[in-house]
Amino acid sequence: MAVVSAPLSHAGGMVVAPPTLAEPAYRGLWSWFTTVDHKRIGILYGVSAGAFFVIGGLEALVIRLQLWTPDNTLVSAQMFNSLFTMHATTMIFLAIMPMGLLFFNYMLPLQIGARDVAFPRLNAFSYWTFISGGIMLNLSFLLGGAPDAGWFGYANLTTRTYSPGPGIDFWMLGLQVLGVASLAGALNFFVTLVNMRAPGLGFMRLPIFCWMSLITMILLLLAFPSITVGLILLMFDRFFDTNFYSVPHGGDPVLWQHLFWVFGHPEVYILILPAMGIVSEIIPVFSRKPLFGYAVMVYSGIAIGFLAFGVWAHHMFAVGLGAIADAVFASSTMLIAVPTGVKIFNWIGTMFKGSVSFKTPMLFAVGFISMFIIGGLSGIMHASPPADLIQHDTYFIVAHIHYVLIGGSIMALIAGVYYWFPKISGRMMDETLGKWNFWTFIIFFNITFMPMHWTGLLGMPRRVYTYGPDLGVTSLNQISTVGALGLGFSVLLFVVNIFMSLRYGEIASDDPWDGATLEWSIPSPPPVYNFARIPTVHSRDAWWAMKHPERMHLDPMEVTPLAGSPGHGTETAHESVAVATADAPPTVIHMPSPSYWPFLCALGLPIMATGLLLSDSFGPMTIPLFAIPGLLLLIGSIYGWSYEPA
Amino acid sequence: MKQLRLTVSRARRGVIGLAAAALLLLGAACSGDTPQTAFNPRSDYAVEGLNLFIGIVIAGVVVGVIVEIVLIWTAIRYRRRPGDALPPQIHGSTIIEVLWTTGPVIVVGAILFFTLPVIFSSQAPAPAGSLNIDVTGHQFWWEFGYPDAGVLTANEMHLPVGQTVNLVLRSDDVIHSFWVPALGGKRDAFPGHTNFIWLKPDSVGEFPGQCYQLCGYSHANMRERAIVESPSDFQAWLTSQQAPAVTPTDPTAAEGGQLFQSRGCSACHTITGTPAQGKVGPNLTHVGSRAVIAGSVLENTPDQLRAWLRDPPGVKPGSVMPNLGLNDHELDVLVAYLQSLK
Repeated sequence: MAVVSAPLSHAGGMVVAPPTLAEPAYRGLWSWFTTVDHKRIGILYGVSAGAFFVIGGLEALVIRLQLWTPDNTLVSAQMFNSLFTMHATTMIFLAIMPMGLLFFNYMLPLQIGARDVAFPRLNAFSYWTFISGGIMLNLSFLLGGAPDAGWFGYANLTTRTYSPGPGIDFWMLGLQVLGVASLAGALNFFVTLVNMRAPGLGFMRLPIFCWMSLITMILLLLAFPSITVGLILLMFDRFFDTNFYSVPHGGDPVLWQHLFWVFGHPEVYILILPAMGIVSEIIPVFSRKPLFGYAVMVYSGIAIGFLAFGVWAHHMFAVGLGAIADAVFASSTMLIAVPTGVKIFNWIGTMFKGSVSFKTPMLFAVGFISMFIIGGLSGIMHASPPADLIQHDTYFIVAHIHYVLIGGSIMALIAGVYYWFPKISGRMMDETLGKWNFWTFIIFFNITFMPMHWTGLLGMPRRVYTYGPDLGVTSLNQISTVGALGLGFSVLLFVVNIFMSLRYGEIASDDPWDGATLEWSIPSPPPVYNFARIPTVHSRDAWWAMKHPERMHLDPMEVTPLAGSPGHGTETAHESVAVATADAPPTVIHMPSPSYWPFLCALGLPIMATGLLLSDSFGPMTIPLFAIPGLLLLIGSIYGWSYEPA
Repeated sequence: MKQLRLTVSRARRGVIGLAAAALLLLGAACSGDTPQTAFNPRSDYAVEGLNLFIGIVIAGVVVGVIVEIVLIWTAIRYRRRPGDALPPQIHGSTIIEVLWTTGPVIVVGAILFFTLPVIFSSQAPAPAGSLNIDVTGHQFWWEFGYPDAGVLTANEMHLPVGQTVNLVLRSDDVIHSFWVPALGGKRDAFPGHTNFIWLKPDSVGEFPGQCYQLCGYSHANMRERAIVESPSDFQAWLTSQQAPAVTPTDPTAAEGGQLFQSRGCSACHTITGTPAQGKVGPNLTHVGSRAVIAGSVLENTPDQLRAWLRDPPGVKPGSVMPNLGLNDHELDVLVAYLQSLK
């Protein structure tokens, strides 16, 4: 396909040359720092998420090795507390969320027939802010100690009195930086999904992944302010001697818990909704049937998003909020189980009477459903406060968490990688290695986490660096440790598969899976402009409709991408595109230009944070010493950014 | 075929796994070798909570097994075979959606029906005439006070069987959580707030527990024991605890007593009947009568007591009790003194 410019009549912007020419703006290391292309930013997120996932996994392995035997001395108590804090923080904020961002970035514009997101430079800014926050958080290990009060950082343990060192400062500032990245990204994708859909792509024709992503963006926008407030109050307590969480001076640690969990509960839906979206894309394609109950899937997603803000205190059933609060939150938590269960039935309904092909993406998708059933049901078990008081803060909860996060989110994200790898890289992932990956994953995952249901009910608390030999949980811990090592091996297989397939994978066609959505209508990998012509959408499952209009009971005359082109209505969608563009008059596709402003702007925040971090050792003067240049860089970059031609 | 074999063998693996798990559960129910199990309820409060939990678990497992079977059956039954035609392009069914929405609503409704009364009854104020016990969490030990008798002790909580006790939970520093599984569900000891658990123990015995809310480096080392005894034994214990400290007759122990006052121990510990009135650490008036020390992590034997005194932060990282740099002789006499405080 050739899209060529007539002589340019305006400056700025990048003109897309025919594919035969090298595109200089896209070569070299520097191009990665200035890219605003959603596809490249998606890859940046994906690679970063992968690296952090490995780091978080290694932290987990050390935890499991320390817990191999009672009174073990592999790591100190302090290091252990840092390990579980960083394991959770890394996995949630630096692995699962960014992996979702790989798919939001890469696939959302493609699925809605757009050429990029609404604010490409803001997109780049989100990435650079995220990676600087992630690096800052992990540098803590080398710079005075990693945070060690848990990923949920309960006050008043996190106040200066009880955590004097810099670890909590790294955590608090790192999360604020990450929060900025998340908010910017959420705004960006929200506007993209609302404003940039192709003609004819009404909301109830959106791919289900787009819907789940839209709900996720709303959750992000409404939830992150809560934790930001909580963290700012903590920052003031730690640096400027306020007393929001300090009991002797009239503060109350329960304030932190509310602020945190008002964020924290929607956060877990932020982690699972995109995963549900991915699985909802894969199952219809590999069953050769449309998603069963599309509208119900959308409404249940909306219901989950709405109810997500009404259940947070189920994390606080042991706090003593009172019977009425407990009763209200027990009821809302039970209620949110209903739309969640309905989704599971709809996935099964999609496969029912279908023609199901168990390629690796589908294996992981079905595995997701299976493991999520278990995780969801164990969640219902702690929705009842009196029952929860037996499970709370024991390994039973650890089991639940990992069934929904690994068995749920991670498996779905891995499924998404196997599914969309051909589109992103132009190569197929290896099927044999994929099947080994899947079976080792699901078997060792269950070996690791199923016993934890019992470990918890036998009384082993969470977040303990050791346990008594008389507790009777030693063998269960050892089984979990063996499982964890096996799970690590499975992840290794996954990583190997990625690297090998990038190099030696079978070349992928544009549409290797007979996909239903628009990303499969363009080459693998897509050209920089995604769509030569923005398609017009006439139904749900837009690409199936264009390929096989009769299946959707649509008039073939209506759905071919290019009304008015020669012979339209008779040739296939691919042919239409080729014919039309060959005959089409030359057009200009204006793509957003690369820019270094997002990168520079993103540096401003960690520079400001550094001043606070250094004040522990070098006194309060470091605060303005770094905050002022950081702020100047931030504001100056925004200024330069706004005057830069798009 | 290969896929079918793989799927079937996976189902078989799943069944074996489930059976093994069930056996493990049965084994765990016996409290002998799993003393902190939740499946050994020894009070009315514990029985009520556990029954509700088991009911929900049964409902969850039944639903889970059914849905898993349906999932796996669907996957196998509708797997693609060579030459398959395009399947019917079913978009949905309103009646089915209504049915499988109503089903879960009924199930969770039932769970709520049984849950709500238990929430309110268990959090109602304690019955009149309950024995009040002040439970205070510290980093990293539990303090037990019997305000009506003027008794303060640590690590071991004595309870009379068959009498309702009202545990009044507080914290001196950070959030802790108090749980003795045999006695019923946990509750946080929250700084700035007062929480309550009331219960009636129904069996004599010793039941361990520990702190269940991350409270610092030695969260894992903050343990307790509940000792439920007959009312007469309990009264005898309470009376002995009310007495001031025994004056040591043995010269070594006596020297230890003087060292205790001069070496600074009295800044943090109370021994009634002596000048030591410190309130930071546990009350040691009758420490010799306790079976466990140091947040119930160590046995109260001369060797373990000595190891503790030699280097408290070494035994319990983050311990508020510092390393006082005691030499061997000082350790000898202090151990003798503390062991004499029965």
